Amino acid sequence: MSGYLSVRNLTVALQTGEPILRSVSLNVAAGQVHGLVGESGAGKSMIGKAVLGTLPRALHVISGEIWLDGVDLLKLSPAARRKQIGATAALIPQDPLTALNPSKRIGPQITRRLVDILGWSKQNAQARALELLDEVHIPNPERVMRSYPHELSGGMRQRILIASAFAAEPKLIIADEPTTALDVTVQKQILRLIAEMQSHHGTALLFVTHDLGVVSKVCDSLSVLYAGKVLEEARMHRFFMHPVHPYSAALLAATPTYTNPIDSLLPVSETVIEAVEQEVLEHDIRASR
Amino acid sequence: MTLLRKFLLRLITTAVTLFGVAVIVFIVIRVVPGNPIAMMLPPGATDADIARLQAQYGFDKSIFEQFLIWLGGVMQGDFGQSISLRQPVSSLVLGRLPATLELSVVALMIAVVMGGALALLGTLYRGTRTEGAVDISAGMALSIPDFLWGLVLILLFGVLWPVFHISGRISPALNTDFATNFYLFEAILRLKFDVVADLIAHMFMPALALAIPLAAIIAQLLKQSLKETMHLDYVTLARTKGYNENHIITREALPNAILPTLTLVGVQFTFLIGGTVIIERLFSYEGLGNMAIDAVINRDLPLIQGIVILFALLFTLVNLVVDMLYAVLNPRLRHA
Repeated sequence: MSGYLSVRNLTVALQTGEPILRSVSLNVAAGQVHGLVGESGAGKSMIGKAVLGTLPRALHVISGEIWLDGVDLLKLSPAARRKQIGATAALIPQDPLTALNPSKRIGPQITRRLVDILGWSKQNAQARALELLDEVHIPNPERVMRSYPHELSGGMRQRILIASAFAAEPKLIIADEPTTALDVTVQKQILRLIAEMQSHHGTALLFVTHDLGVVSKVCDSLSVLYAGKVLEEARMHRFFMHPVHPYSAALLAATPTYTNPIDSLLPVSETVIEAVEQEVLEHDIRASR
Repeated sequence: MTLLRKFLLRLITTAVTLFGVAVIVFIVIRVVPGNPIAMMLPPGATDADIARLQAQYGFDKSIFEQFLIWLGGVMQGDFGQSISLRQPVSSLVLGRLPATLELSVVALMIAVVMGGALALLGTLYRGTRTEGAVDISAGMALSIPDFLWGLVLILLFGVLWPVFHISGRISPALNTDFATNFYLFEAILRLKFDVVADLIAHMFMPALALAIPLAAIIAQLLKQSLKETMHLDYVTLARTKGYNENHIITREALPNAILPTLTLVGVQFTFLIGGTVIIERLFSYEGLGNMAIDAVINRDLPLIQGIVILFALLFTLVNLVVDMLYAVLNPRLRHA
């Protein structure tokens, strides 16, 4: 299966050689939602960063391919890669409080790139921004366009960032834990909004999260990541019915139920962790040969 | 409403500051040894002559009385008579102020351009040898004081390769009929470019000497601030939108990174104005600082007072301008 976004055998490492992503492969089909789950430190966000070309300077792509819209991003010059990413993909960031430029009004933060990078007219960009703000259920969009980020709530800002991500009709959106920084009550609304926008625009979505419950609600398929290695890639219903990897099964078992939250809250057993660590180690030995 | 209150509060604190400065200066220059009258009389003067002149300038009264008399005059805009130059202090001081202001502002402009360029360069090439070169040159520039830079510049551009004038403000031969003492400003407005060139040729070295340490401070601070800003989420988000590195640094990061630098540059600019005293002396530049040194040598008490008060006023004004700029550039403060 080859998708709109196709990451193949991607290995990313620190300058010291320590791998952060270990031959990661995953596919996001056009118009589909693909979940990327794992514990913190598993390298979920790094996959998104590698795709969008925003890896921290200390990290380097060692090998692999990142196909986006039929082009291998890693074979492009930095300038061409920037253009390709800017034209076809977008990011919904994790923390809405720090993801808007505090010294600029909301309007230009949505419209500037449409004008600067994609060559829209100012009027078109303005109209598009208003339309999108309305679509993400922001009351009084004209006033919000003239506001500064500090004048708006976290939930409002995340709505704006979602609108901004969809502004140029990208074919792929990477949502990097888009609800983690929000209040639980707001989380649900934002989640519903992302799902609604995704199905309305038919965008492929790579949904990075540590929350299996969220994945079960919005995703069509998912990859389970541990220590930078994909343990399992599966369709959603198959995964929840018959998880193949023992770690996946342990993760599913660890999800608390509503009826019995305390007793159902099982930690992932040590034997499973040991087995997974062994698998990662074997992978590293194979890779170093 | 709050803006008006802020402004009034500012006005009051300024007045209190100036009063404090006046009290301290007034007392200090009268307590330290040195008699202004003895300085102006020929060696053969009798005690009676000295006493007569002392009384004429009011130096026979107590310091407190002298201060009240002086303050009374100041309230009416009279800062007294200069003892050594025998002219009103206010006209002397205001006559020299434009020269110092022009020098300071030109120095500030050089510092901002040089320091800003270095900071941007260091950020664009962060983690490479270019950044190391920026750090080293900024460190060196900072560790050498302005007057030593002045001497270095005189040696370079006055002696070894004499392209700039090493003393004065303007060539005496130049036919000039200025309406104000803002020579440079006026020459630019009147489009007299030969005069502008001559003024710049005189001003360049002292201004550069004053600017180099400040440029180094700006380069270090702004680069640090930029590097921190470059890691923030909104910068990363801008990257994914397809903007290039230049745009990201100058449009996304710079407007925010400039804020912490601005406050410190304001403080440092007051140090730069203080630095004009020695630099003007070094380059025989006819400004306020040069006059201040003469006034101190001659124990010209009224003139010293006038100059110090003016410097103090200048410093508070600079701080006021910095605060206003900060509010303009930081939207979070605008409505607060």
